[in-house]
Amino acid sequence: MALTPAPLPRGEGSRKNQSKTQNFIAQEHGGRCPPYERTMINENSEIILSVRDLRATVDGTEILKGLNLEVRAGEIHAIMGLNGSGKSTFSKVLAGHPDYEVTAGEIQFKGQDLLELDPHDRATAGIFLAFQYPLEIPGVSNRDFLRVAFNAHRKARDEDEIDVFDFDDLIEEKLDVVKMDASFLDRSVNEGFSGGEKKRNEILQMALLEPALSILDETDSGLDIDALKTVAGGVNQLANADNAVVLITHYQRLLDYIIPDFVHVMADGRIITTGGKDLAKQLESRGYEWVLEEFRAGVTA
Amino acid sequence: MSASVQTLVSQPYKYGFTTDIEADAIPRGLSEDVVRMISAKKNEPAFMLEFRLKAYRKWLTMKEPAWPNVKYPPIDYQNIVYYSAPKTQPKKLGSLDEVDPTMLETFEKLGIPLSEQKRLANVAVDAIFDSVSIATTYKEKLAESGVIFCSISEALQEHPDLVEKYLGTVIPIGDNYFAALNSAVFSDGSFVYIPKDTKCPMDLSTYFRINNGDSGQFERTLIVAESGSSVTYLEGCTAPMYDSNQLHAAIVELVAMDDASINYSTVQNWYAGDENGKGGIYNFVTKRGLCAGRNSKISWTQVETGSAITWKYPSCVLVGDNSVGEFYSVALTNNMQQADTGTKMVHVGKNTRSTIISKGISAANSKNSYRGLVKIGPKAIGARNYSQCDSMLIGDTSSANTFPYIQVQNSTAQVEHEASTSKIGEDQLFYFAQRGISPEDAVSMIISGFCRDVFNKLPMEFAAEADKLLALKLENTVG
Repeated sequence: MALTPAPLPRGEGSRKNQSKTQNFIAQEHGGRCPPYERTMINENSEIILSVRDLRATVDGTEILKGLNLEVRAGEIHAIMGLNGSGKSTFSKVLAGHPDYEVTAGEIQFKGQDLLELDPHDRATAGIFLAFQYPLEIPGVSNRDFLRVAFNAHRKARDEDEIDVFDFDDLIEEKLDVVKMDASFLDRSVNEGFSGGEKKRNEILQMALLEPALSILDETDSGLDIDALKTVAGGVNQLANADNAVVLITHYQRLLDYIIPDFVHVMADGRIITTGGKDLAKQLESRGYEWVLEEFRAGVTA
Repeated sequence: MSASVQTLVSQPYKYGFTTDIEADAIPRGLSEDVVRMISAKKNEPAFMLEFRLKAYRKWLTMKEPAWPNVKYPPIDYQNIVYYSAPKTQPKKLGSLDEVDPTMLETFEKLGIPLSEQKRLANVAVDAIFDSVSIATTYKEKLAESGVIFCSISEALQEHPDLVEKYLGTVIPIGDNYFAALNSAVFSDGSFVYIPKDTKCPMDLSTYFRINNGDSGQFERTLIVAESGSSVTYLEGCTAPMYDSNQLHAAIVELVAMDDASINYSTVQNWYAGDENGKGGIYNFVTKRGLCAGRNSKISWTQVETGSAITWKYPSCVLVGDNSVGEFYSVALTNNMQQADTGTKMVHVGKNTRSTIISKGISAANSKNSYRGLVKIGPKAIGARNYSQCDSMLIGDTSSANTFPYIQVQNSTAQVEHEASTSKIGEDQLFYFAQRGISPEDAVSMIISGFCRDVFNKLPMEFAAEADKLLALKLENTVG
């Protein structure tokens, strides 16, 4: 087995299997599966993210040890793995968190060298990270925060900023995506929000900013089943042929609601195997040990 | 990134220029002769000289306060110039045309146009340069409503009875070390008198500028609001950048009679010294308001951003029944700045009420302390106080302290105190950045959110300015 899983295997995630999986899920959940009409995976679609041999450290400790990943427009990827495998670190490195230092490798985002951009320029270029623990910002209203963020994106595209009134119309529309009440807008960002409300607020921001690449870091953690469905429904609604989603998750549960085209398993700072939707199911029933063993066998072989 | 947290706070001070103008200054040092000389130069009435000499003798017996949470080398009071006035200034100005054009330019540069054509709409300005008042705008218009707005030197010539009646009644000459010093040597300041049942037709404003590197500034402001009157007063301050420290020891006294109200706002932007703590103003100021009448109200709003050291407690003495005292404050410290600031609310009359909202922001290696006293006297039946003190830390090396003192001498009083401390951390800024918002904008949003309760109390045009000022002061702290 090759150390690096690129090029990515197709098949499991192809469109043919997609519809089968779709029916299966729909049955399992009494047909209450969220609307899921994604456009076909197109092998020739634009490469949104290309990560090569990425190595990164935090406080001098190497966490990412040669990670490879390619994400094209229209795809949904899930990255699974045990605690400490480097999943969250990867998401922070993509977004440019200052605590993480990239020591080797490269990240191309839509043909651009991502590592050269400041965190806020990465955001306006189209990278969105839904945080595992969204921060509270007392004194800054959600509405102002969203408007300033939205206008920062417009400015980066050389578009005029929109005024308060036009923004209010726009944001009312977006509230539907996550079934949020307008009263949320006038509260301070995430302050006093429940876990579920915080996660919905993240998806609201995603809906507003329409990123090319959304990375959802453990978005399912701490959600009850209804909140999970709402959040997943929002993500499904926003996924289209021009953008891509990377889900970082521990559990298979989220993948019942957001169907990935590819499932990657991370261990020790790299992706050790890649499969389709079924891989997640296997991990759910058999745990991670067999994957790790296979990987070790492959390495030593 | 914590090194970069610092970079955002350090924006060059843009008012640090010096005006090259010949000054009429008296020799350094302080003695009875100097006090007499100041009084003589200003051609003051006899009572004023007596007042000054009494204060000077009192000062000699007093000691500099050691209790504030600030540190500085001993001040050599004999090495300060106690009077400095621009030489070209005629004794009394017939019109603005006689003001030295360099001086007009200076104020123009500071954004305070004094010339007739460019006056601030609906704000009357008294501009004070080193020790003297340069010009007071809109004087005639104010006089139509009976409002007196002039320099205190002029008031001593034109309205000596009023000055004698009120000067030192709120802050006695021996109140504290710096108040005694001010009472002995004060050079100029503003005088405001609002007659009975008069709403002052425009906002009044004093703009203080220290220019001379060796001179101290000791100004004195006295505002009297007669029964049923009201006034809004704004104070702004800047100074050039010098390596040495300048002493600013001012006094502001407010008197409000029955049903009168005074709103006093300060945007203080004295030079704060460089990032190593070299230079900057020592701002040792005594401000106190007396709610003498029933239903009177005094409200202090301050935005403190400058000075190497701030020692200042704008206070209210609530004597009249049902009188109201308010204190809204934002104090920002950066680099090596030290601030020990707060308020005193002294409840004497029945059903008196006071509100304290204090927001302290400290960045870099600065020290920011809130010190406040709420005192409810035995006769202050039904008195109420609400205090809220919030601190925000930027970076890991700044400090914030809160020292609340509460003395209650009767059981009908209600006193509430709330306090909080928060921190602008890298993770918060990363969250903003991840949504496309630059660190500068993020800090400015967090700070204005934090200060909103106070900024809402500032007059409109000053609120916008205060917002900008804070953002500027914090530029490069984070990022």
